[in-house]
Amino acid sequence: MSSRQVVKRAKYKTSIKDPGTPGVLTMMENKFVFRPNDPTSATKFDVGFEQIKAQKNTKEGSNKPPWLNISNNMDGSYIFEFESYPDLHACREIIANALEAAKVSSATTISSATKVSSAAKASSANEQFSTAELELRMKLMQEDSELQKLHKQFVGGGVLTESEFWATRKKLLDGDSRRKSKQRVGFKSSMILDTKPMTDGRMNKVTFNLTEEIKYQIFALKPAVHQAFIDLVPSKMTEKDFWNKYFRAEYLHSTKNVVAAAAEAAEDEELAIFLKEDEILAREARQKIQRVDPTLDMEADQGDDYTHLPDHGIFRDGSKDITELQNEQYRRTLSQDLNRQGAVVLQGRNLDVDPEDPRTLAEALIGSRQESGDNAVQERLDRITRMTEIEDLRESHDHPVAPLCIKDPRDYFDTQQANALKTLDNSRTGTEQNKRKLTSEEAYGSLKESISKIKSIGLSNSTVKPEVALTVFNGLTQNISSTKYQLGKNPRESILDGLPNTTKEELLHHWMSIQELLRHFWSSYPITTTSLYTKVGRLKDAMSQIYRQLEEIKEAVQSDFRHQVSLLVRPMHQALDAAFQHYEADLQKRAAKSGELPNGNI
Amino acid sequence: MKFQMDDVTVYFPYDHIYPEQYAYMLELKRALDAKGHCLLEMPTGTGKTIALLSLITSYTLSKPQNPVKLIYCTRTVHEMEKTLAELKLLHQYQVQHLGKQAEILAIGLSSRKNLCVNPNVLAAENRDSVDAACRKLTASWVRAVAAENPNVPTCEFFEQFERAGEGTFLPPGVYTLQDLRAFGKARGWCPYFLARRMVEAANVVVYSYQYLLDPKVAGIISKELQKESVVVFDEAHNIDNVCIEALSVSVRRQTLEGARRNLSKMQQEIERFKATDAGRLRQEYNRLVEGLAQGGNLPITDAWLQNPALPDDILKEAVPGNIRKADHFLHVLRRLVQYLEGRLETENVEKEFPVGFVNAININAGIDQKTLKFCYDRLHSLMMTLEITDTDEFLHIQTICDFATLVGTYARGFSIIIEPFDERMPHIPDPVLQLSCHDASLAIKPVFDRFQSVVITSGTLSPIDLYPRLLNFNPVVSRSFTMSLTRECICPMVLTRGSDQLPVSTKFDMRSDLGVVRNYGRLLLEMVSVVPDGVVCFFVSYSYMDGIVNSWNESGILKEIMQHKLVFIETQDVVETTLALDNYRKACDCGRGAVFFSVARGKVAEGIDFDRHYGRLVIMYGVPFQYTLSKILLARLEYLRETFQIKEGDFLTFDALRQAAQCVGRVIRSKADYGMMIFADKRYSRHDKRSKLPGWILSHLRDAHLNLSTDMALHIAREFLRKMAQPYDRAGGSSGRKTLLSQEDLERMGQGITYEMLF
Repeated sequence: MSSRQVVKRAKYKTSIKDPGTPGVLTMMENKFVFRPNDPTSATKFDVGFEQIKAQKNTKEGSNKPPWLNISNNMDGSYIFEFESYPDLHACREIIANALEAAKVSSATTISSATKVSSAAKASSANEQFSTAELELRMKLMQEDSELQKLHKQFVGGGVLTESEFWATRKKLLDGDSRRKSKQRVGFKSSMILDTKPMTDGRMNKVTFNLTEEIKYQIFALKPAVHQAFIDLVPSKMTEKDFWNKYFRAEYLHSTKNVVAAAAEAAEDEELAIFLKEDEILAREARQKIQRVDPTLDMEADQGDDYTHLPDHGIFRDGSKDITELQNEQYRRTLSQDLNRQGAVVLQGRNLDVDPEDPRTLAEALIGSRQESGDNAVQERLDRITRMTEIEDLRESHDHPVAPLCIKDPRDYFDTQQANALKTLDNSRTGTEQNKRKLTSEEAYGSLKESISKIKSIGLSNSTVKPEVALTVFNGLTQNISSTKYQLGKNPRESILDGLPNTTKEELLHHWMSIQELLRHFWSSYPITTTSLYTKVGRLKDAMSQIYRQLEEIKEAVQSDFRHQVSLLVRPMHQALDAAFQHYEADLQKRAAKSGELPNGNI
Repeated sequence: MKFQMDDVTVYFPYDHIYPEQYAYMLELKRALDAKGHCLLEMPTGTGKTIALLSLITSYTLSKPQNPVKLIYCTRTVHEMEKTLAELKLLHQYQVQHLGKQAEILAIGLSSRKNLCVNPNVLAAENRDSVDAACRKLTASWVRAVAAENPNVPTCEFFEQFERAGEGTFLPPGVYTLQDLRAFGKARGWCPYFLARRMVEAANVVVYSYQYLLDPKVAGIISKELQKESVVVFDEAHNIDNVCIEALSVSVRRQTLEGARRNLSKMQQEIERFKATDAGRLRQEYNRLVEGLAQGGNLPITDAWLQNPALPDDILKEAVPGNIRKADHFLHVLRRLVQYLEGRLETENVEKEFPVGFVNAININAGIDQKTLKFCYDRLHSLMMTLEITDTDEFLHIQTICDFATLVGTYARGFSIIIEPFDERMPHIPDPVLQLSCHDASLAIKPVFDRFQSVVITSGTLSPIDLYPRLLNFNPVVSRSFTMSLTRECICPMVLTRGSDQLPVSTKFDMRSDLGVVRNYGRLLLEMVSVVPDGVVCFFVSYSYMDGIVNSWNESGILKEIMQHKLVFIETQDVVETTLALDNYRKACDCGRGAVFFSVARGKVAEGIDFDRHYGRLVIMYGVPFQYTLSKILLARLEYLRETFQIKEGDFLTFDALRQAAQCVGRVIRSKADYGMMIFADKRYSRHDKRSKLPGWILSHLRDAHLNLSTDMALHIAREFLRKMAQPYDRAGGSSGRKTLLSQEDLERMGQGITYEMLF
């Protein structure tokens, strides 16, 4: 990256109307230089990126020619017209990178210089430098409609400032980390079975459809083929011939005619490469066996056991299997292939390139076929000691934890919500059961009480208070109906799906908003600056608004669903209540403090 | 924890103990007290090994005046490693609590191949070439030459070891093979000979069955072990087969050809010696006249595989006169080889008994029984005299002499079977002459006689009364333990039908039925989609596995299976299988999940654990019967019927079911673990088959699970997995019966209360 330099033909224009001076624009790491074709022309310049504030460009697909407008700190600007859009994008990217770098450095200087007034300034600085970032934000919002909705609601509604909104999503904005966290696709488990030929049914001809992916898989599976490819193509044969030969060999294998394979291999030495046992693999196996877990090393066994000697023990007792030993090297079984494939799949795809050319692919693979370090040995030993312990006789070890990565929050929410509901229900039935478990004293006490009541008042209509009866009744019916509803249901077909679409959407949207607000809310504690203070105030207002909206939804919904909706809404309310409570408490504390402070100071 | 068991304080390296472990220790202690042998069956997954180790080491600690040495025999090297790892844990604990007095020396012993650190020697490919390469550098005569001529290569590790002389010793501790190698490398001592020397001094020796059971090996390695030792055979359900293998020899065409080559090579050597050093041969002759076939105490490096016959059966008398001269002996061997070649030319299967065979040799080749008997020792002596170091080249003639000695020594319990070709491949002529031992008690008898206590233990010894008969001994304690479970953590099922309700079986007439193959495939496919992590499948034989996997591949089932899990397969190549297993574990560790296809009676079934997430489900496809048309098996069955009155069918079923139980038993390791076992064959639903399964499986086999189809099994599997995923009380306090005991529990039980209360 650092040594990148882009040289493009471009016209420099002083204004949009200006026809422009043709010349060469050179973009370097820290500056850009324009040299006109006409050496006599005066319009040459050399500008460092530190002077650059922002850039604008015309959109591809619009009628305008590819223009790039780079504005500097002094309100001046440089306009270039490129020959094509790719040129423009190349240059734009460099400037964007430079701006990004400048932003980071300026942000750090600012934060170190002034801490007190940082909030306001930094945010403005951010907004100043973020032309490239802005684009990214736009893109993100285009991709994610929910994000857009939230943005509109909160930033548009003035609850959050632009920078506050994005501050919690730094990760999304950080382009690099975004790319890294993207899951790398491994091999499919069934890759060897992917290269099945197609026949047209009429002729004895088969067609293989080779994609780059398949070639890559073949190279990964069979280092000998890979080696042969590097050696032979294109110096000795064309790629097509190579693959023809390869599949000819595969065909011979598939016929299981070992003798024929041996015969053909004897005639054609290149074909023999494919038919013979893979030397490279055998070497690798010998190396790997040294490092294998001794608790499953059966090779060591063979070295120990005297019955494995030829002719010792019983040779043919029916429990041992038999193979023909001739032409052993041309015999390759499905089992071997499967095992090899498993090994490769587990090793994973260790190169990132996605090349078009099989040649580069082949070369890239070589580099990746390096062996891992030796600390694996120690790791193995540790594992053995861990494994020998009987787990439930001893307190458990801490297992290494991988952070949970939730790909689709909506999906997660659905399942979680259903689970939460279930546990909620369970816990409720639990408490009811608990309540039923009265001690004898209590029962006796209540009995005595009611008797004394009856004595004093006389036997009225009921011994139980009507309100109590009603709540018990309600609780029971709700419980019965909801459990009936949920029994035998897959958690994924959750209550949400049963709700009318609008309600569902609304609920989900509120859930998202609450999450967003709460995130901001809790992250602003402890309140250290006035800006945070005002922010919290705004957030609180917004939240109480949603709180009311939720209430409204609950009321508006049809009676069938009310129970479910209230169950859904309850955790949201709880979360909000907790926030409110914290807010109030904090407010009181502040009030008390501010009351004290002047006294103490004076 | 530490607790009192009568007069012994047991140090147990965990905070809790299973009741069955406690009971196991009690029984074991009784046997030790009575100085007798015992037979203990305890389910897998209940911590047999650690219970055994901690009792025996604690027993010695409590009675320091007469310490017992522990000789722990495992079937495989990897089991040896596992045992030593557990012992390490125990030793750490004991030293931590008792200090220096608890220190013991425990070593694992294996062949040169697994212990050698000399890079030149290790370059050799297999065990025998390593042995030979070692001998080339360390044999006494080689070293004698090297002392004069510095150009003759020797092994620096061995030289340093020798120079250190009596000063060589291992500091106390537990040494795995890896540790021994590391120690040897650091000190510059040969780990193999160091370990050999330390066998006498060590408190615990862990090695393979062969080192005790095979007279050839036992003669050199286990000669000096004292009577006050406890010998443990772990995973001993196959011990009868090991004993039989130890005394069996087979001779093939290649063997005879090789033997001929060996003989002419030896002839050349003799000629050379005659020309240069005739005195040596005369010396040997004189020695043999005095009856010293062994030539006295040999240097440790020269020791050879010992006489294949058992020590008690070897005549302590002079070598017969007709083979004392080297030339004459070679003539005898030549005649013997020629006779055997003639016998191999047969068209039909022939079966003979040793007496008849020896007679025939006497008539046709003019070699009498006594001469045959001395063949091995005579050869041994000759090879010493001829200073032959490349022993791996001379394996063939050794085999012939092995055969001669065995056939000359034993008149009973053996038979000789000559087959012109394998029944299953009649088109390929491959004649073989096999001397097959039928009586497992022969090989193990000296062990029972020699050592004070022999413990035979395994997860599957059912029916437990059969083993004393097979091995011909009287145990003072013989017990089968059940398993007390905190929760139903094993779930055996018998699957008799596929999802189309057609029966499934590997019976000979059904196994190639496409419907059965498909149903088996669907079963696995459905299962891999619901079972997390590892799934293990056992098939009845390699050929069956190959066939079924290929047809699954063709029908596309394999590809579907692979969409859920990776597939690994056991092959006959151990290196490949080891790597496949390693990858299988990796796949289970990383969460991708995998299926392992393996073979009952194969190497994997014998000793690899599929505990915890490495095996949540085992599918046993078919009943792993032996190949019943095998002539050797038939001869053995006949012998068993005549000698022990064991019916053929009973023995075959017993053998098949112990293999099946062994396969499925690998899935569980502790009570926190859980796993399912599917016996996929309609024959398992029959009572006579099923009842031979060990009790701990039977007690969890519900009647409702005896006749399942694929979808029912799938449903049960789902339910089971869901149940197992719930948190539970480890101590099993709620169910009334404790399944995990703490130290207080044991103390509360006190001396007076018998353990029966636990069960």
